[in-house]
Amino acid sequence: MEMPVPNPAIIARKARVVERLQGVLPTDAVIFDEHETRAYECDALTAYKCPPMVAVLPSTTQEVSDVLRICFEEGVPVVPRGSGTSLAGGALPTADSVILGVARMNDVIETDYENRIIRVQTGRTNLSVTGAVEENGFFYAPDPSSQLACAIAGNIAMNSGGAHCLKYGVTTNNLMGVKMVLMDGEIVDVGGGHLDAGGLDLLGLICGSEGQLGVVTEATLRILHKPEGARPVLIGFDDNEVAGACVSDIIKAGVLPVAIEFMDRPCIEATEAFAKAGYPMCEALLIVEVEGSDAEIDHQLELISEIAQRHNPVELRQSKSAEESAKIWLGRKSAFGAMGQINDYMCLDGTIPVSSLPYVLKRIGEMSDHYGLKVGNVFHAGDGNMHPLILFDANKPGDLELCEEFGAEVLKLCVEVGGCLTGEHGVGIEKRDLMHVQYAADDLNAQMGVKDVFDPAWLLNPAKVFPLDASESRRTIKLAAE
Amino acid sequence: MGITSEEALVDAVKAARGPVAVQGGGTRGVPAAGDVLSVAGLNGITLYEPGALTVVAQAGTPVADIEAALAKENQRLAFEPMDHRKLLGTTGEPTIGGVMAANVSGPRRISVGAARDFLLGVRFVDGRGAVIKNGGRVMKNVTGYDLVKLMAGSYGTLGVLSEVSLKVLPRPETQATLVLHGLNDAHGIAALSQALCSPFEVTGAAHSPTDQKTMLRIEGFETSVAYRLGRLRDLLATTGAEMDVHTAKASEDMWHKTRDVAAFQNQEGDIWRVSCKPSDGPALAAGSGAQEWFYDWAGGLIWLRAAPDHDLRSALGLFDGHATLVRADVQTKARLWMFHPETAGVARLTAGLRAQFDPKGIFNAGLMEQAA
Repeated sequence: MEMPVPNPAIIARKARVVERLQGVLPTDAVIFDEHETRAYECDALTAYKCPPMVAVLPSTTQEVSDVLRICFEEGVPVVPRGSGTSLAGGALPTADSVILGVARMNDVIETDYENRIIRVQTGRTNLSVTGAVEENGFFYAPDPSSQLACAIAGNIAMNSGGAHCLKYGVTTNNLMGVKMVLMDGEIVDVGGGHLDAGGLDLLGLICGSEGQLGVVTEATLRILHKPEGARPVLIGFDDNEVAGACVSDIIKAGVLPVAIEFMDRPCIEATEAFAKAGYPMCEALLIVEVEGSDAEIDHQLELISEIAQRHNPVELRQSKSAEESAKIWLGRKSAFGAMGQINDYMCLDGTIPVSSLPYVLKRIGEMSDHYGLKVGNVFHAGDGNMHPLILFDANKPGDLELCEEFGAEVLKLCVEVGGCLTGEHGVGIEKRDLMHVQYAADDLNAQMGVKDVFDPAWLLNPAKVFPLDASESRRTIKLAAE
Repeated sequence: MGITSEEALVDAVKAARGPVAVQGGGTRGVPAAGDVLSVAGLNGITLYEPGALTVVAQAGTPVADIEAALAKENQRLAFEPMDHRKLLGTTGEPTIGGVMAANVSGPRRISVGAARDFLLGVRFVDGRGAVIKNGGRVMKNVTGYDLVKLMAGSYGTLGVLSEVSLKVLPRPETQATLVLHGLNDAHGIAALSQALCSPFEVTGAAHSPTDQKTMLRIEGFETSVAYRLGRLRDLLATTGAEMDVHTAKASEDMWHKTRDVAAFQNQEGDIWRVSCKPSDGPALAAGSGAQEWFYDWAGGLIWLRAAPDHDLRSALGLFDGHATLVRADVQTKARLWMFHPETAGVARLTAGLRAQFDPKGIFNAGLMEQAA
């Protein structure tokens, strides 16, 4: 992936920028030493690295505002960063940029059970939001698999999902309000403790805007009471197509599982070798989880099993206890680790209409043969969110490029069947140059026009989301003006 | 104008020289000036995949047609869009484009989300006459900015919807409503909150002060509904309220009435809709100067009936939320404005977006912008 050439005029101003930032932040919150800035050179898309010019760690909304105002006045690009767990390169810096990390802002500001909301600073990790309310039986629903580490700031930027979003929705469905700082330092509040913010749905626009519209410092989130219980059923099939039909029948039957996970044979084989979860060796495996009281769970699992029986499963295992549930989930939860044991991998997250599942899996298999790279598929089947894991060897020259080419073909296929490039990871730099595949020039212009309103100088995370050629005239306005 | 294709819609937008009033079925009492630009002729479901829980329809498709198609597959629009006709005395056919443009959600909003949460994709024509698409027909999509949400609730001020993709949900086997009797506003809202802080998945939570009824809806499989009703009864025994249960059709009727604000149909006065923090509801309603009110969304949505031309917003003062003037005569709507005033920062962003999407300022001009 290409990144814009750093602006030497900005780098030449480094000393002045550092001095001004030190004027508004504590000494230890401004990192500019070339060894120390390396800690911020990449996120979880580790194939791409570039230390920023400076990294700052503000502790308050006012400090964020001061930092942004200074960068605005100095014409310095700012890359906001939560915990740096983006798989799409959303927090990848450029050499002329300031990384603005919100990690020090992790307080719970207000917990309001009566109104079922929690207000937090956005540096707080996803899991610790639930941690703050679980002793009272509540939880925060979106559960990206990086939830132990990822920050709410990044969840909002990428509109993160998770395994349980089939029932509970993704971040945008659980976000009620934000305090956000615009690039010029202005602080705005959108939404709050009430439902459906008035006026235009700015909240919906901000969520998923990949840190390009503003820096969100506080968030009001919806919390829910935990269900009485949850248990899965594991179903194995000899055919992908049959597994896909079974998913569709479960959904049509009126059962709304909290999760439907899908694994294909290469993935099952890898996880069995790694985690020994006792999975059947078959073409496709479904894990379907439902919630409620014990009796409610039994009833739903029985219905799902009846539907599955009609499709001649090779294996059908209803969990009866917490131990059995854990065993069923063990393989799925170690799938990424298992694939990582075999080789380096690239994880895609294109989404497809569920009905296209068999066709897409078949085509991915053919592409795998063509490129000579192995691929395993883990899949949130209920909502069509795929996770093909393409294996490659990072030490082998040309393998990464080959893998990226393969990945791009898979994502083009997702769009071709009526789906999209990314279901939950975001565009970042990883899918930036594929945006043309999904969107026409007018579509991209409409989106870029939104950024023009929030950040007219295009200083916030400017080299992300939009193909560089499409955004070039906007990103270079300020350079020309200098 | 008889627009029956997206191309014709583009031509109409390009040809517009002055303000146009963007309209679906025209049932929602939106006070827009200018020549009517109706999408009612863009009619028809273009794709329905029950197994993927998605439906795609042209913007002018009647809501009733979509609901009928879904019912055949035992599915529904889970956000339960309100029908404004009886409350506003309007005629015409509510369209799916109108529902989305006004982000119209009913009682189930508290459990499943708003109309905007079910909108997966849009096609619309902006003020330049360009056709813009955003989102798609899959449930998880973070590819680029979410203009889908932006279009929901924008009341036609950013562009004219030509097609929408929606997520639909299965229709549960049955429903039932637990009614608590004799609670005042504060106790009623507290009881609703208690129920929503339980794991029993309440899908409707309303309180009517006029007849002191506090209503809780449960939906799902028959045995599960019975079980959860029992648990809720136990939980709410501490309120001391008398309780009874309404099942199936009787329960459905109660929530249709709540959804369509039946209590205020054929009643004099202005109608206001206040979105607030649920626990703030009783104090806000009491200080509003309204004549009558009831609560939906566990107290977070208050429908109020006030004397004509009463400035309810001034009476409420500053609060966490907003008040919309839903029904009033033309002069009152012009004086008090339909939408809640925005803070300076938000108003500036809003005006900027409008200028981006509709540079000529022709779509429902001034509708959502007070300082125009």
